[in-house]
Amino acid sequence: MNRYARYRVAFQTILTKEILRFSRIWIQTILPPVITTTLYFIIFGNLIGQRIGDMGGVSYIDFIVPGLILMAVITNSYANVVSSFFSSKYQRHVEELLISPVPNWVILGGFVGGGVTRGVVVGITVTAVSMLFTDLNIHNYGWTLMVFVLTSVLFALAGFINAIYANSFDDISVVPTFVLTPLTYLGGVFYSIQMLPTVWQQVSLANPVLYMVNAFRYGLLGVSDIHIGVALVIILLFIAGLTGFSLSLLQRGVGIKS
Amino acid sequence: MNALSIRDLHKTYSSGFQALKGVDLEVPQGDFFALLGPNGAGKSTAIGIICSLVNKSAGSVTVFGHDLDRESERVKECIGLVPQEFNFNQWEPVGEIVVNQAGYYGISRREAWKRAEESLRQLELWDRRTLMSRNLSGGMKRRLMIARALVHRPRLLILDEPTAGVDIEIRRSMWQFLTDINRQGTTIILTTHYLEEAESLCRNIAIINQGKIVEHSSMVRLLDQLHSETFVLNLRTKLARPLEFPGYPVKQLDDFTLQVEVSRDQSINDLFQTLSGAGVEVLSMRNKQNRLEQLFIDLVNASRNGGTE
Repeated sequence: MNRYARYRVAFQTILTKEILRFSRIWIQTILPPVITTTLYFIIFGNLIGQRIGDMGGVSYIDFIVPGLILMAVITNSYANVVSSFFSSKYQRHVEELLISPVPNWVILGGFVGGGVTRGVVVGITVTAVSMLFTDLNIHNYGWTLMVFVLTSVLFALAGFINAIYANSFDDISVVPTFVLTPLTYLGGVFYSIQMLPTVWQQVSLANPVLYMVNAFRYGLLGVSDIHIGVALVIILLFIAGLTGFSLSLLQRGVGIKS
Repeated sequence: MNALSIRDLHKTYSSGFQALKGVDLEVPQGDFFALLGPNGAGKSTAIGIICSLVNKSAGSVTVFGHDLDRESERVKECIGLVPQEFNFNQWEPVGEIVVNQAGYYGISRREAWKRAEESLRQLELWDRRTLMSRNLSGGMKRRLMIARALVHRPRLLILDEPTAGVDIEIRRSMWQFLTDINRQGTTIILTTHYLEEAESLCRNIAIINQGKIVEHSSMVRLLDQLHSETFVLNLRTKLARPLEFPGYPVKQLDDFTLQVEVSRDQSINDLFQTLSGAGVEVLSMRNKQNRLEQLFIDLVNASRNGGTE
């Protein structure tokens, strides 16, 4: 068997293992984001949204749908990788991979693939739920799918880095609580940044989640606060940077080797 | 060709602790090799480096001619590891743990299940293949780690205290299993605190202490270094009076038990003749201490006192 065929089997093994892991515990992994997002649709979309009126040229519930879907994708892609990889460190079964002839990029690809799969499964489920509350006429399928997957990859990578540095279960909840949640809520999920004073609009531009939410909103609704080309370049730059950093951490054995 | 060659291996942890201070080691292909040492001597660190779990500070490691720095994937293909601590996913079924490990070596799922069945049957775990691994007993967990380590058919199997905490019956069946795979050509490196295990299984031995190899020879040559052996004799009849045998230091442990020291240049036949002459009938005899244990303690103490460098 040639080297690349071997890598393919190793990648499939890690990916399958990851998918089985979150599927076995679907009540903890798939169901909660669906319930949370449904509550957002009911409360912010239906009840409060009717009094808000239009935003960005569309009804409020239509405006928040892309952000809520992407929020679920971000949270789940991140959570899957951070909890799975940290758990493999904690129980030391990461050693199964370290002693095997699996290159670092295959290890990273397998874990990120697992995170992306969970993000996509949750995203599709939440999208299906959103259709109970509003008629989604997707503006650009290809763009929507691309942003959906790229965002998932980006946050799966971020989760991997968090897991590498984490030394306890507390450490894997610090970043989601104090970094991810504020960035997501301030990333234009519930409002258009056009509503903010100029100075806060400028500050918002430093938030990477803003670009993803707007790029996704463009794909679904055809409206965006940000130039979508800029948004795509920023997403790709983040993915490239995080991939390089993750591979360098694996190469040096940070957090996994003495 | 050597299965393993280590040259001037050093490891200093970030805390500043020097775990290895220039280890040189050679394990011939096909050998059953014992790597012994007290706790904290550096055995697990050396094994960790060989298996890419620990970064070395300096030195070189070569496995079947492949250099760890330049051909790490080839080195990893050659090695199977049974670590000291349980390091499998406790929430994964037994069969999947073995099959996934095979997958990391590029073995297809169908072939992996075939191999998993073979090794799990040999280790009496096939009936438990769907059981979550956390539900296995300690002995079964040890056997699971052996099955997992063998699934890619490594040429070098490293076992870091594989029988720790395992009852004597399972331990003996594991010894038989390991002897069989060694006969089939797998080189085995064993670390253990059960010295009778090392003595009965291994042909060559290295003793490591405080990060240095203090002895590296064949088991036979090492045991030859014993100057004397102490035997405990169980007697048929009660000793009427304290006995003395010229040339044999004797200690009476109780009315029916004697302890006798026999030096290398004395024969056991002579001892028995002397005992018969004194009207003492011996029912059974055993070594007071395992021979290797006696040597191990002497060598480790000597190295602590700076006697062996």
